[in-house]
Amino acid sequence: MISSIIFALLLIGASAYFTINVKKIRRNILLGRDVLFADNKGERLKTMTLVAFGQQKMFSRPIPAILHFFLYSAFIITQIELIEIIVDGISGSHRIFRESLGGLYTFAVSFIEILSVLAFIGTIAFLSRRNLLKVPRLVKSELNGWPKLDANLILIGEIILICFIFMMNGADEVLYSRGLSHASNLNDGSLGLSVSKHIGPLLFSGLSEHSLHVVERIGWWGHILMVFGFLNYLPFSKHLHIVLGFPNTYFSNLKPKGEFTTLDAVTDVVAPNFDSAYVPKTDPNNPVRFGVKDVQDLNWKNLMDAYSCTECGRCTSACPQNITGKALSPRKIMMDTRDRLEEVGKNIDKNNGTFVDDGKSLLGDYIKPEEIWACNTCNACVQECPVNIDPLAIIVEIRRYLVMEESNTRPELNTMFTNIENNGAPWQFSQADRANWINEA
Amino acid sequence: MSTIKVPTMAEMTAAGETPEILFWVGCSGSFDDRAKKITKAIVRILDHVKIKFAILGSEEGCTGDPAKRAGNEFLYQMQAMQNINVMNGYSVKKIVTGCPHCFNTIKNEYPALGGNYEVVHHTQLVQELINQGKLKVQGGEFKGKKIVFHDPCYLGRANNVYEAPREIIEKLDVELAEMKRSKAKGLCCGAGGAQMFKEAEKGNKEVNVERAEEALALNPDVIAVGCPFCNTMMTDGVKHFNKEDKTKVLDIAELIATANDL
Repeated sequence: MISSIIFALLLIGASAYFTINVKKIRRNILLGRDVLFADNKGERLKTMTLVAFGQQKMFSRPIPAILHFFLYSAFIITQIELIEIIVDGISGSHRIFRESLGGLYTFAVSFIEILSVLAFIGTIAFLSRRNLLKVPRLVKSELNGWPKLDANLILIGEIILICFIFMMNGADEVLYSRGLSHASNLNDGSLGLSVSKHIGPLLFSGLSEHSLHVVERIGWWGHILMVFGFLNYLPFSKHLHIVLGFPNTYFSNLKPKGEFTTLDAVTDVVAPNFDSAYVPKTDPNNPVRFGVKDVQDLNWKNLMDAYSCTECGRCTSACPQNITGKALSPRKIMMDTRDRLEEVGKNIDKNNGTFVDDGKSLLGDYIKPEEIWACNTCNACVQECPVNIDPLAIIVEIRRYLVMEESNTRPELNTMFTNIENNGAPWQFSQADRANWINEA
Repeated sequence: MSTIKVPTMAEMTAAGETPEILFWVGCSGSFDDRAKKITKAIVRILDHVKIKFAILGSEEGCTGDPAKRAGNEFLYQMQAMQNINVMNGYSVKKIVTGCPHCFNTIKNEYPALGGNYEVVHHTQLVQELINQGKLKVQGGEFKGKKIVFHDPCYLGRANNVYEAPREIIEKLDVELAEMKRSKAKGLCCGAGGAQMFKEAEKGNKEVNVERAEEALALNPDVIAVGCPFCNTMMTDGVKHFNKEDKTKVLDIAELIATANDL
């Protein structure tokens, strides 16, 4: 009874705190400019199914993809068991679905156990890759400090969680075989759990009934506490990708990657020169900044991208400029965007719902012009991202701000602009000479 | 080019004629000495298959691509609207470009400003001509040679055109080699995003050197490209390794025109 109350309070507390933080993230994302994605629902669902649910883009690197798939599928399937744990926790029952589901129950939990073992292997591999093998993209400077700790914490948490599952199930198997489990006894001698029926006796057969119950309870409570903890850790971690990966792929850019956005505010200025009957698309009384200086200038999809990033660094490892030692790292662009957005969000929390200028901005305090000017706009980062994040969109918007609001560009680019303006070519050749090649041998 | 007539849209219109296709030459193809050779190769192909084509000549202006990639949306839209005005004035329907950047901009970005055309890159047109049987291709001097194709970002990733250039190369009866970073995973030559027009930011290597190194590791006779800017970058990269005697950098159009004595 007391444990049921404690459980219910924990469940309510964990859900409430998670909800509060999810709402904050939602609010932060909606600080971005509006952009419409109402088109092509079928295509969007297909993209989400393939890229997020089917992990399609992960498989361009098969080994990490398989290891990641172990963790991913274990996580997804474990949700089924979580239903029972919550029902048991509230009602005080023990393995409530075992009797009614029978063989299906044994199959489901056994399947989860096998996936948990695979996830355990995957987690150990990921920890070693990060900390022993030091894969280049996982040890870059932008990961120093919290990002590195964040990655390791979640992997260690995963290992502890799996250990709790096998304490719970392993001890229960031994108890059941002695007829002492709280699960309803179906006179079948074993719970039949694929992994625990072997490792339970191996680890716990020497323990007394009392000790076994203690181990089982530690496993059960430890597991659910880890789940609640994980849930509430998500909003502060790169691991939020497990949730946002889905909507983020749904709202993927479905146009050709080479097509950059057209700025209506610019068209409104330029078009009347060519068409006297042109009707402006934007409200002239409400001028917006050209391009992006701070996170509020980005659109909400750019901001969702930032929250969806799990800092895997595939973008950065494919970036021609990063490969050749330049300051640009597409992953850092995404991490900076999220960090600045979190800072803006905290500012809003502190000031009763309104943002008070803190004299900082995404460009300058987080992202430096030399990162922005290094980009080849080659779309390698966009192509690589397993959850269809678009770092290039942010880079181009910052360029637009630098050029059109601050006239702060590289001198050679100014020369190029002048040439195009005067001669219709990026070099200093006369437009009248464009067809001279015809008469050259 | 003395034997081939290259009419402008203005000349054709004055003669009361309409071309099947507008050949968008581009700035590089008009002014860069190396790229002019690619332009002429495309003209030879067009002439050989008897397509009625025209160029805009002095009425053509930069598409605005480098301005747009560099963040200057004003300048881009000024250029785009001027070009659209000219092309709509001539009721242009179909365009072939000699450059993937022009191709991408006109195809994907001009429609938002009122320029709607069917746009193909020259490799797509050549592939189409081969498939229709209008262009017969032999390997000629390239037969048996090893050719590696470098994907231009604005043809490949930007527009998912990976097969057209490869199918053409294979028609030349050559060994088509692939770099590890190819197709969707292709590495940029270093020119895109207006980098062509500026000094590189501080780093430890030039992108074109990185890319040329990868291509040269396959020891090819030819590095085939489909973009005048890639051409410049890869040519410089090959020179960096003093391999210009062994490995040539050639556009797909040049491969076709040379192999078939067009």
